[in-house]
Amino acid sequence: MNGGNGIAIDVKGLTKSFGGREVVHDLSMQVKRGSIYGFLGPNGSGKTTTIRILCGLLTPDSGEGTCLGYDILRDAEKIKRQVGYMTQRFSLYQDLSVRENLEFVARLYGLVDARGAAREMIKRIGLSGREEQLAGELSGGWKQRLALGACTLPNPQLLLLDEPTAGVDPKARRDFWNEIHALAAEGLTVLVSTHYMDEAERCHEIAYIAYGHLLAHGTVEEVIAKSALTTYTVTGEGLNALAAELTGKPGIDMVAPFGTSLHVSGREVAALEASIAPWRERSDLHWHKSSPSLEDVFIELMGRSKDNFQ
Amino acid sequence: MSAVDHPAPRHETRERFGFLRRSYAMLIKEFIQLKRDRVSFAMIVMLPVMQLMLFGYAINTTPHHLPSAVLLQEDSDLARSILKALENTAYFRFLYEVHDVDDFDNLLKSGKVLFGVEIPRGFERAVRRGDRPALLVAADATDPVAASAAIGSLGMVVQTALKHDLYIGDPPEMPFEIRAHARYNPAASSSLNIVPGLVGTILTMTMLIFTALSVTREVERGTMESLLSMPIKPVEVMFGKIVPYVLVGFVQAFLIIGIGVGLFGVPVLGNLFLLALLSTLFITTNLSIGYTISTVVQNQLQAMQMSMMFFLPSILLSGFMFPFAGMPTWAQYVGECLPLTHYLRIVRAIMLKGATMQNLRFDTLALAALMLLAMTIAVTRFRRTLD
Repeated sequence: MNGGNGIAIDVKGLTKSFGGREVVHDLSMQVKRGSIYGFLGPNGSGKTTTIRILCGLLTPDSGEGTCLGYDILRDAEKIKRQVGYMTQRFSLYQDLSVRENLEFVARLYGLVDARGAAREMIKRIGLSGREEQLAGELSGGWKQRLALGACTLPNPQLLLLDEPTAGVDPKARRDFWNEIHALAAEGLTVLVSTHYMDEAERCHEIAYIAYGHLLAHGTVEEVIAKSALTTYTVTGEGLNALAAELTGKPGIDMVAPFGTSLHVSGREVAALEASIAPWRERSDLHWHKSSPSLEDVFIELMGRSKDNFQ
Repeated sequence: MSAVDHPAPRHETRERFGFLRRSYAMLIKEFIQLKRDRVSFAMIVMLPVMQLMLFGYAINTTPHHLPSAVLLQEDSDLARSILKALENTAYFRFLYEVHDVDDFDNLLKSGKVLFGVEIPRGFERAVRRGDRPALLVAADATDPVAASAAIGSLGMVVQTALKHDLYIGDPPEMPFEIRAHARYNPAASSSLNIVPGLVGTILTMTMLIFTALSVTREVERGTMESLLSMPIKPVEVMFGKIVPYVLVGFVQAFLIIGIGVGLFGVPVLGNLFLLALLSTLFITTNLSIGYTISTVVQNQLQAMQMSMMFFLPSILLSGFMFPFAGMPTWAQYVGECLPLTHYLRIVRAIMLKGATMQNLRFDTLALAALMLLAMTIAVTRFRRTLD
């Protein structure tokens, strides 16, 4: 409808500081319409701030761009009509019932039949029988469903979900992601921030942001390929001791235990292989070269960004 | 979540009357929240009733039976009848009769008595001679309100008493130096003045606090974030938050006036419709000011403190506590900026004097101006973003 070029979010050079501390630095990103875009990064990396800028809740210090074809600086009110924002902390009214909360949202957006729309949404999110329960009395999983229901009620074109599955059990998380995919299939664009790797892998595209800098973006495969990280997986005896010995050796950027195995990664293959050479001879250890997991890549990115920005 | 069974329906929306519709959405929400908040709900009724009982019954600005002492330097019939007459006013209760000036002073100093009446030596003779001797009254003026009524009554009552007791016939002029306060009515009941005043004071207090908390509460509970991400304008939020409380204020005003009329016999001489109309204006003005506070402060504690900061001068400088005309000029200017000042004039004039709109034009305009000023500040102060 707007923009017409198949791009839902197109921003360049976003910068935002709070009290002299730069929270978002020169951030540029593009999100295709109808895609699920995962936003990853450590706590305090600027994910929430970026999302708030996109939906007009914060004004960037500099930068420009469009959201659904509207200018993020001038058309905040128009953007708000088309965007559903699910906050990190539950932000519906705890002292209103499920039905009353949904009717409030429906009325605010001017839905012709607010009661009917609320009733339908209650059915859709599976809260039938709980419509008169106060939102504050719902469990975490139900609250999250209600919040998603509330932000999809006015038929937005873009959903901004800020860590929607934090503190939700695996079954509810699975259901939630099925719903997200169903919504995307209907043409909705979804930008979702998360800490979970399995969730990142369910996104069409991901972006990794740390300390306000966008460090990597693309599909999961692209991000792994671009990392240029070489990983060796070690299994065997005395891995804890081995981890301690390997940490800090030249060429070894990261040592991470994964259950019964150890991931040893580095950016420079030659240096890495030279450093691990003495241990590769040991018979009680079994080494094999593997491709890094998304988590390896992220942890490496996080470690690297710390060096650069702190 | 069964997305497959229930594909997202496309809801029709409408653009017309957006302002009214969104304000209405807000208003319904506020009403439900108020209904759920049982403590606040109870306060709407309890506060005016409690205040009215306290002010009406417990707090009496024309206190009676004030502990008094008399310094009797002559024991004459005239002196005895003056004392009797004073006690009959019910303002004084003579606890001590002393004959020594030091004892007299100590009683006053220690606070054992609030009043001391000194009848000097040769008083009766001087009166008979027509010398107009002085009847000395020493009052403990630490509480001027308590003292003033009694002092006022003094001259007149003593005079009347003397008329009957002097055996030299009616004196051609006042026999004492104490002048009678002719305008004072010893039988005046303070509730006549207090009840109309209380309507304004209670409304100021409750209305201010209700809206002063409204925006900060949303910020503190985190609901502001989602409210701001929705397409609602600051003016719409304001109306949605003010209108429910106009009704609340109306209920309170009705309660206070009802109790005042029923229990304290306060008359409503003027037009009840005019009273209701101007009360609504006053209620809305206070709600707007409370709402403005709410857009300025950062949390609910600050909101309470700021409300108190506004409430105190309202009580002190509006003419509720002390007569407006008795205040210094600068204080009167401050008073004119307070809605309560104007409303007190309005409510007292309508209830006690039967005033009409014609008499109240200035105060009505002042209230309206204050309301618009507060609303303008509130709407411009309301932050549309979380910056």
